[in-house]
Amino acid sequence: MNANVEAAWAALEELTDPEIPVISLRELGILRDVRPAADGGLEVVITPTYSGCPAMGQIEDDVRATLLAKGIAARVVTQLSPAWTTDWMSETGKEKLRAYGIAPPHQTLPGSNVVRFISKPAKAETVPCPHCGSGHTVESSHFGSTACKALYKCLDCQEPFDYFKPY
Amino acid sequence: MSAAVDYLLHLADNALILGQRNAEWCGHGPILEEDIALSNVSLDLIGQARLLYQLVATLKGGDCTEDKLAYFRDTHEFRNYTLLELPHHGPLSGYAQSSPDYGTTIVRNFLYSALMALLWEALEKSSNADLAAIAAKSLKEVRYHLRHSRDWLVRLGDGTDESHARVQASLDHLFPYTQEFWAQSPAEAAAIAAGIGVDVTTLRADWDAIVDAALDEATLQRPAVSGYVTEGKQGIHSEHLGFLLAEMQSLARAHPNGVW
Repeated sequence: MNANVEAAWAALEELTDPEIPVISLRELGILRDVRPAADGGLEVVITPTYSGCPAMGQIEDDVRATLLAKGIAARVVTQLSPAWTTDWMSETGKEKLRAYGIAPPHQTLPGSNVVRFISKPAKAETVPCPHCGSGHTVESSHFGSTACKALYKCLDCQEPFDYFKPY
Repeated sequence: MSAAVDYLLHLADNALILGQRNAEWCGHGPILEEDIALSNVSLDLIGQARLLYQLVATLKGGDCTEDKLAYFRDTHEFRNYTLLELPHHGPLSGYAQSSPDYGTTIVRNFLYSALMALLWEALEKSSNADLAAIAAKSLKEVRYHLRHSRDWLVRLGDGTDESHARVQASLDHLFPYTQEFWAQSPAEAAAIAAGIGVDVTTLRADWDAIVDAALDEATLQRPAVSGYVTEGKQGIHSEHLGFLLAEMQSLARAHPNGVW
């Protein structure tokens, strides 16, 4: 690993998601790679969460600006494959989400992409309330404040909260 | 290359036009949660359209961009299913007007999402690696769209007499347009021959199973269909697409090369 690559990883370590400023791009799994490019420069590889995630432009700018501030010139490359999944989120990242008030995603099950068997949605998994820890919660909407979240309500502490959907 | 371009435009236009239609509910949803849900679905669809248009622009080269494809093509150049451009209500005559009907929106999204859940899954094996990557992302999103529209279809169908009658009327109105799914266009045939596209007729039995199970649970009758098969995916559209494009494209056309 050359010195520039290491310096870039170190600089990007603290860079957080523009929507959820408690979790880093690396912990979210958006920051995929830093590698030397064929032309001698540096390439930072990022991957979008949802296709229409409006934060991608901001993330690209943030990456470039963070590196420039350290005197590192880099090109930001967006890569779609393999498709981002919430399974890439680190355990520390999930813990940070919970502390911030967002219920972290469950692991996706193998075969959950097999759509022809979803006619009756499988019994919903319990999503514990990030505020009081109660498993007595109910989904109020499949969709929440951003594409990646669903809206839940805790029936014990009565607080509404976001659930980061498995993707 | 042309086979890929035509096929990708069909997929992209489907996503963009339904995204634009659904987005008409933004700020007007029947309840706050649905306002947010439909806006989220639109965001996914427009995101899918952007990825596909970017791919087309790369294939076409020159000065082609995703914005040119979305904002500077006219009605006859769009390749979306006619189903997706129709307004949020049943047929009207003359100068009659109607308020948007949420049941129509739900039925349309259900019929299309049920197809795309199968088609994106099959397209993960496309010989075009970029399309396969887009399909893998889109599949994750359409699963949520299908779940959402299916839940509402059941809630409205197996709801009150009023909601049941209205959603059955929407189904009767929209179902004949799904005939277009199964009528292969020359662009689809070329894409299948090139290994890029998927023959949707091979997905028909699975689509029928998804639809029939949902209609059964929703206590709705599947309409018998026959008659005119629409040809939106070949550029022959209803009168509604022009109005939709006029609204969607006017800003970009008033300020060409505008940068925000």
